[in-house]
Formats: sequence, structure tokens, C-alpha cells
Amino acid sequence: MADASTRLGGYGRIDHGKPVSFTFNGRKMTGRAGDTLASALLANGIRLVARSFKYHRPRGIYAMGVDEPNALVTLNTGARTEPNTQATTVYLYEGLSARSQNCWPSLGFDAMSINDKFSRFLAAGFYYKTFMGPTRKSWMFYEHFIRKAAGMGEATTLDDPDFYEKVHGFCDVMVVGGGPAGLSAAVNAARAGACVVLVEQSPDLGGGLLNMPAGGKADRWIAKQVAFLREAQNVRILNRCSVFGSYDHGSFGLVERLQDHVFPPQKAVLRQRMWTMRARRTILATGALERPIVFGGNDLPGVMLASAARGYLNHFSVLAGRKVVVFTNNDSAYLTASDMAQAGAAVTLVDARPISPSVACARAEKSGVTVRSGHAVAQASGRKRITSVKIAQFDCENGTARDPGKVMQCDLLCLSGGWNPTLHLLWQHGGKPVFDDALATFVPGATIEDGFSVAGSANGRYSTLDCVLDGQAKGLEAAQACGFDLPDGSDDYPALDLTDGWETQLLPVWEVCDSAGKSQKKAFVDLQHDVSVSDLALAHREGYVSAEHLKRYTTLGMASDQGKTANVIALALLAKHRGQTIPEVGFTTFRPPFTPVAVGALAGHETGPNIEPRRHTPMRQWHLDNGAKFIETGIWDRAWYYPKPGEDIEAAYIREARELRKSVGVVDVSTLGKIDVQGPDAAEFLNRVYVNGWSKLPVGKARYGVMLREDGMVFDDGTTTRLSEHHYFMTVTTAGAGAVMSYLEFLLQTCWSDLKVEVTSATDQWAAVAVSGPKTRDLLSSIDSDIDFSNEALPFMGAAEGTMAGLPVRAIRITFTGELGYEIYTPAGFGEALQEAIAAAGSAHDLLMLGIEAFGALRVEKGHVAGSEITGRTTLDDLGLARMGSTNKHHIGQVLARREALTSSDRQQFVGLRPVDPKAVIKGGSILSEPDETPKGHGLGYVTAMAFSPVVGSTIGLGLLSGGRARIGSTVNVVDTVDDTIIPAHVTTPHFYDPEGEKARA
Amino acid sequence: MRIECPCCGLRDHREFDYGGDALRQRPAHNDTDIDRWSDYVFMRRNPSGLHREFWQHIYGCRQWIVVSRDTVSHQILSVCLASGAHGAGQGLERA
Repeated sequence: MADASTRLGGYGRIDHGKPVSFTFNGRKMTGRAGDTLASALLANGIRLVARSFKYHRPRGIYAMGVDEPNALVTLNTGARTEPNTQATTVYLYEGLSARSQNCWPSLGFDAMSINDKFSRFLAAGFYYKTFMGPTRKSWMFYEHFIRKAAGMGEATTLDDPDFYEKVHGFCDVMVVGGGPAGLSAAVNAARAGACVVLVEQSPDLGGGLLNMPAGGKADRWIAKQVAFLREAQNVRILNRCSVFGSYDHGSFGLVERLQDHVFPPQKAVLRQRMWTMRARRTILATGALERPIVFGGNDLPGVMLASAARGYLNHFSVLAGRKVVVFTNNDSAYLTASDMAQAGAAVTLVDARPISPSVACARAEKSGVTVRSGHAVAQASGRKRITSVKIAQFDCENGTARDPGKVMQCDLLCLSGGWNPTLHLLWQHGGKPVFDDALATFVPGATIEDGFSVAGSANGRYSTLDCVLDGQAKGLEAAQACGFDLPDGSDDYPALDLTDGWETQLLPVWEVCDSAGKSQKKAFVDLQHDVSVSDLALAHREGYVSAEHLKRYTTLGMASDQGKTANVIALALLAKHRGQTIPEVGFTTFRPPFTPVAVGALAGHETGPNIEPRRHTPMRQWHLDNGAKFIETGIWDRAWYYPKPGEDIEAAYIREARELRKSVGVVDVSTLGKIDVQGPDAAEFLNRVYVNGWSKLPVGKARYGVMLREDGMVFDDGTTTRLSEHHYFMTVTTAGAGAVMSYLEFLLQTCWSDLKVEVTSATDQWAAVAVSGPKTRDLLSSIDSDIDFSNEALPFMGAAEGTMAGLPVRAIRITFTGELGYEIYTPAGFGEALQEAIAAAGSAHDLLMLGIEAFGALRVEKGHVAGSEITGRTTLDDLGLARMGSTNKHHIGQVLARREALTSSDRQQFVGLRPVDPKAVIKGGSILSEPDETPKGHGLGYVTAMAFSPVVGSTIGLGLLSGGRARIGSTVNVVDTVDDTIIPAHVTTPHFYDPEGEKARA
Repeated sequence: MRIECPCCGLRDHREFDYGGDALRQRPAHNDTDIDRWSDYVFMRRNPSGLHREFWQHIYGCRQWIVVSRDTVSHQILSVCLASGAHGAGQGLERA
């Protein structure tokens, strides 16, 4: 069908002079600038747009906005594929391609529509009842086929080519919704001087007024408000922007669609922006969504909400039908009927109420509408679109259609069953909906959440003038709550004087039953999830009587439209089954998001390498210039190894580890956590947080310390150096730094506030290198320094402050590799200079650059505990450090470490592992078992770390082994369940190299 | 959530770290009773309604604070510095 068939000239707010071409299911079509995909499809005569989720029933365009349950399409192809998109919310652009989903081989002939024939077997809970069986096995077999048959569009697995950003916003007053109430509220709040953000999900401001015929009084009023708001310095208008979530204390999630209407771009663009908005006051001027009435065949293409049909006509100049039946229980649909009749359609209005509103009725009849009060549409018929309806007298006492009805040909059926205020944002965090009997819907209660107010039709006001006045009042009130006010003598701002409200009350009609009072077949409540009235009845019969259970059993309201057209009707029908009132049935919980949000917007720029900020040491550039390969360790990037030509990681780390024990090497340890501890009670503080004693540590000496958690498990370890009487310099592990610092602050601030101690994080302030190896002293002595590195002047665990190569340093004689070694600290800004000075001196001493892979291998050889053993499940004794624990003082964790389970002899203990066959390779993470057994469950323990040891001449491992120390000298099996290998290994002490520590003291 | 830090003013919850129940009684540092320490470390109230809890303003002043919060409505009734929250006499008791 050609565009002209339903597109009218002289109507609407689209640009008739600007054709836009697009494709639908491969067919080339033309729309107009300003169209949505839905309006363009209607203009092209397309009625069948999609197949339903479960029964593959033909479905058309049902609504005009975010409430659309049917017309889901997949947009675009390749990386920009966007499945499950409502055609009603997509603004047309040149080159857009859309296709139907959930149909095969084609939309017109869908093989799976056979499901519809078997629908009586496919009721709520069918799949689970049938395929779950006594075990889960049958479900696991069938699930794949079921998911294929019932489904939605497919997401792409390609990388998103576009950009997203996240920003933070603050305002005094946020107004959600740019209709008559929202515009009025924003204008008044702004006039009073408040900082205002006005959010509108559509491109244009005006809300429901845009559904009125163009060019009238309303348009002039909108233009005036928008001009004022654009001019005002204290107003930000966010259009094409949705508030999808309302969170605690005035925080909101917003997504602004910057480029969705100009896709597909030639290059990557900033597509969407996510706002975290904090508003002191929020005005919900979010309007109301029309709800339908349920009867047999109510899901056929050509069945549409009455307000949508009016909007397609007056906004998009599309006459969605020529032979139109409007079925209503309230006054609002009379406007649809009148407007469509004036546009040339033959319109019959069926009003379930016995008496029609006289003014609206007269106006409609004058436009040529045939009005039939006291009647209902009992049934809609047609195959791939509606072709006729059965109209019958309506018995409003019983909600039934009296026999015999009369069949009437039509090509469009418009429904209005009343209006539901859009209060999702209010109810998302606990606001309690209140049922209004006159409006037959849920409205805000008398007291609502702090910081919120509700204006306009969201507040149950149905005439434009009422909405405007309500908006003005709420806008001023919100500004006043923030401390602003209109200047004295301000004039009343002109309202929009349209008294288009209701003359007569709505008659609640949820469902039209047959003359016997029975629900009809194919009467759908939730169209997107194919939930019919018989599913609700079944759920009730089977005992799912609470609203929350009903929802989960039938999946009603759980589709991507979140049941915007379905939920209130479902509650009403459930109330009928239970013989209760609707408020007694209750309400299901509202959760964000109000409308779907692209994952890309939630991720923002935090993708790929930017997923979290990376930390670099001050010497990073030096490492890069000297050929280092880097590795991510937690939040730090560290120099991993320094390959010679042709070397891989394996060859490089083994060489580095071997050479170090012969010469001297330097490794960047700037990532160590560093905490400055000062105050007269510092020694007492250390006594309390470390297991070992600190009272006797002299100035100029360092000591290794271990901290426990309060539950008695090992927390962290490191060295602390006494720099002066009341000044200590603590190092903690790279990974534990943040947690240790917070914990020390907790102790000092909440428990021991009378201890005169300050702790300050100094991690970022100090760069550090660890220099070690037998030739270390030769190297350091060759650098210009006032520090005497001799064994006499600076013995093992000694510390000195001074200068090296003109740089201020702290030198502490400690070692992680087991060789003679020093850690040298310098203020971070001098880190690179220190590295360069050592490297320059090193050329005469075969200086070796050591990456952390080799550094880690050397620690395995030496048998120091590290993060892979300090897992939070190991005690001091498990790690073989029990002798460190001082018994003549109290320290954190001391008491709970005595618990029975923590002192049992079969606990996993820290041991070394050496393969019986030197060529065998122990793998990290392997499970340990008895030599003649395959491991059961978790076995006897596991390998925490492994490395190739040049000293031992094979791979070696560290492990935690049940009763491990008693097993030293025996063998265990090292079982790798991934590669399915079993390696017998000797259990040894963890110290493979220089167990007496003589080298470090040399 | 937004928390009114006594030092820094109204800030987003993402600047804070949660520290758990602030009403638990910490035994004196030199207390050697295993039950009292077990209670302190492991037992937690989990009230529906008013709760007093520790938070730390880690991306701000680094102060530990006590937040009185309704766990149902998330309404925050008061915020104060945690100094001495574990009561007096927890500090210097050198044996």
C-alpha cells in the first residue's frame, strides 16, 4: 500500500516536505521527518508488525509510546543491532533498517504460530509442569528448544562501536515530564529562581497537548513556555531523556539519547549519556497511560489504544483506519472519535455506559460519529488484522455482553478503559499506591514520599486547565521548599484555558464476558507475554492468590514493557476471582528501570582498558624505556619481566631468578602500602595491632610484623621501621594497603581514641626499589651517598636516612629474595631519578633488572608467605609463624585465635613441594592427595604458588596441606584436575634456599 | 543514597564504605573472654527499621561515622563522628 493511503495532508507536526527512506523486513519504505518508526509503518499501510512471544500470534501497533507491548523490532545490523525495540519510541532517520523478530520463516507465514492452535495446552506454568519432570534432567534437555520457540530478538555479540558517558547533575527542582503540568511547574519554579531541570522523554515538549490538532491555542501556549524556559539561565531542558530510576535521597538515573535519532552514523559518536541527578525536590508530571478493555481477539493488529489513534492522526498525520470502532468507558475517547470522523473516517463509538456525556456526544455526532451507549465490543475477529467486531448490549451489573450481538465490519478498533497515572518513579522506592474508586485506578496517596510532588494527570487531573494550575502550584511550592519565592507583586502566569475535562464519570470495565458470564478465548491481558484472562483464572485456581505470586507464575508484567497496559487490569481480575476489592489484592513492587536502558549507557566510558583507573609507579617510563613487559596486578600495572631478544616469560624469569643469586638485581616495589605512624603511643599501638612485640624496637631498626583480624585469621604482613622516638614507617602488602589503613583508622577513631597516635597513608608519597643479591653492597657503595652500607654500620634489619646521588632516601636492610638486600625509599617525585642513578652505577656491576615474576619465583624458593597464602582462612600457626606471637601482651585477634577449630592439628599447614621426577611440572592450584588415592572433594590441600627453581633444578611449589608439617619427608600426589595429571611430590619445608637466612645477614 | 558527612557535607554513598553494626559492644582490649569476643565479631542485629551503623568516608575526610538509618525506608535520621563510639575505657589500659 502506498504512503498516501493513510497519510493525510495538512495534519500533524511532522515535516511533510522531508521524505525519509527506511526498510522494514527488507522492503524499502518512505516516511517523513518527525515520524516514529510506528507512525511511518502505519503510514505505509503496515498493520502486522510482530509475532507474539509465546503463541506467535500476529500483532500490530497498539500504543504510541513507552507502553507499547506488541510492536517490538530489531533495529540495524552488525555491531549496532538493537533487538526488542519498541517501534513507537524510535524516531525515523534516513537509512534505518528494522525487522520483525520471533518469526520464521517470515512474519506473514510463521511456522511457530502452530503454538497458537495448542494454546490451551500452553497455559501459565505449562513448560515447567511438563518438562521439569521428577529430575532437572528433562528440563535441561528441553529448555534449549523451548527458549528457541518462545523468544525475543537476538543481541549482537560484537563490540559496541559507539561511546557513552556518565555525568553527575544537581538541581533544586527536577520536573519529570514536559506536558502541560510539567511545563507550568518548570516555568513557575524557574520564575521563583530555583535551579530547574526539566526532563522529557520525547524530542518535543508538550506531552499530551501534542495529540490535539496542530496549530491551535495549545501550540501557541507551548511555544511561549518553551521560549521562556530556553531563555532562563537557571533552567536545563533535557529532551529525548528518560528518568528510568528513582533512588534514595533524591537521586535519579536518567538516560539521554543524544544520537539515536541520527543513526547510523559514519563514525563512532557519543550515543547516550547517563545522568546521576540529585534533586532537592522532584515534581512528577509524568502524565497517565491509557489502559484497554479485555475481550476475545483483543490482540489483533488493528486494535489500538484510543489516545494512540488520536495521536497518530494529530501528531503524525496518519489515519490508522477508515472504518473505525471506538470502544470506551469514559469521556476521553470521544475526542478520538470526533477527530477521526473529521479526518474522513466512518466512526462508531461504543460506550459501555448507559448514558453518554451530552456535550462530548453532541460534538462527536456533529462530526459524523455514530454513538451507541450501553453497548460493548464483545469480540474482535480477523486473521492477520482486524476485520470485524461484535457489538452487543452491555450488562454493566455483570460485565457481560447480551446475546445476540451484531457484527460490524471495521479496520481499526480503538480502546479506552480509563487512565493510569504514571507513578512508577514514586512507587519504585516504597510509596504506597492508593486506589481511587472514581477514577478506578491507583493515584498518589494524601502523603507522599519526602521530596516528591505530583502534578497534572499523574495526580488524577484530567482537564488541561486543571493540569496547568496544578503544575503552577506544585512548581512554586517546590521552589519555596528550596528557599526560593516569586518576587512580591508577581503577576499570575497565564494558564492555558482549555476546559476539556470529563463531564461524566468513568464506569469501571476491565473485561467483557459472554452472556453466560464466562471469559472469552484469546482475551489477552498482557499482550507482550501472551498472558490471557484464562491464565489468570488458572493461576488463581492453582492457589497463586497473591499479586506477587500471580505475576511470577504467569509472567504477567514481566516483559520489557513491564505491563504498563496490563498490570491494573490484572489486579482487577484477580480481585474479581478472590471476591475482594482491588486495594485488598495489593500491588506488586515497582523496580527500575521504567523503560529499558542500554547496557552501554550504564557502563559509560568504563569499558575495555578504562574499566577501572590503572595505577602506575613513578618509574613506569623507565621500565618502558628499558624493555619491560607489564602485568596487571590488582589496580597496579607492574614491570613483569625484562626479556632479552628471543626470550619468552618463562625463559626471562628463570634467567632473572638465576642471575640474581650470583650478582645484584633491582625491582620496583613502589606499590607496597606505606603508612606513617606517629605519636607518643605509637609503640603501644603497634603492640596491639601486630602479633609480635614492638616495645623494645630501637630507633634505626626495622621488624617484620604480622597482623591478625579480630576473628584470629592472618590479615596482613610487612615491616615497620622505627625512624625516631615517636615515628614509625609501616609497610603493608600491595593488595592489603587499603583495608589495613581503614582498619587502623577504625581502631584509633572508635576504640582507642585515647591513644595519641596518628596514621597517614604514604603509599603515593614514596617510591621504592628493592636491591638484592650478593653484589648489592658493591653496587650501592659505588653511588655517591652519606649512608654507610657496611654490615657493621647497617646490619640486617637496620635502617638509615640520608642521601643517594643527591636524592633524599630511607634505606632499610630487608630482603624478600633471601639475598643481601636493601629497600630504598625516596619521595615519589625522585623515583625515576633514583632508578636511573642505580642503573647508571649498575652497568659496572652486571646489574640485573628484575620483574615481579622472577621476584615472585625467588620468594617461592625462599618460602616467604604472600597473598596466595594469606587468604583470610589461614592462622598464624597454619603459616608456620606461631613463634612470632607474643604472649606477654594483648593483640588483635589473640582471643579468637584460640578457638578449637583454629588449633586442630589437621589444619592445612604451609609446606614446600618438590616433584619426585625433576622434569615434572607442579601447577598452581593443583589439589593435594594421599599418594595412593585420587582426591575426594577438596583433597588434603592445594598448591598456592609454584615456580621453576634454578637452585633446586626443578619446579617447586608452596602449598597448604592438611597436617602438613607432620608430613614433611613423605610424598603426596599433586593432582591437576584441569589437565588430568598426577605428579608425586616430596613434602618439604617451605624454605628451599638458605633456610638459616645467612645470606641476608652477610 | 546520600550521607551528610559531619566534616564534608552531603555526599554520595559511593564515597563511603560500610562498616556494619555500630551498636555491638567491643570488649576491652585486654579482655580474654572468648564468648564476648565471639559476640562482638560474629553476632549482628539485622533490624527491620532503625539501625545504627558505621560508615567511613574513604574518598573524603576518612572519618568513621555513625549513621542512624531506617533499613526499610533508607531514611537517615542522624550522622555523627564515630569517635569514642565504642565507649570510654577502650584505650590506654597498659597492664
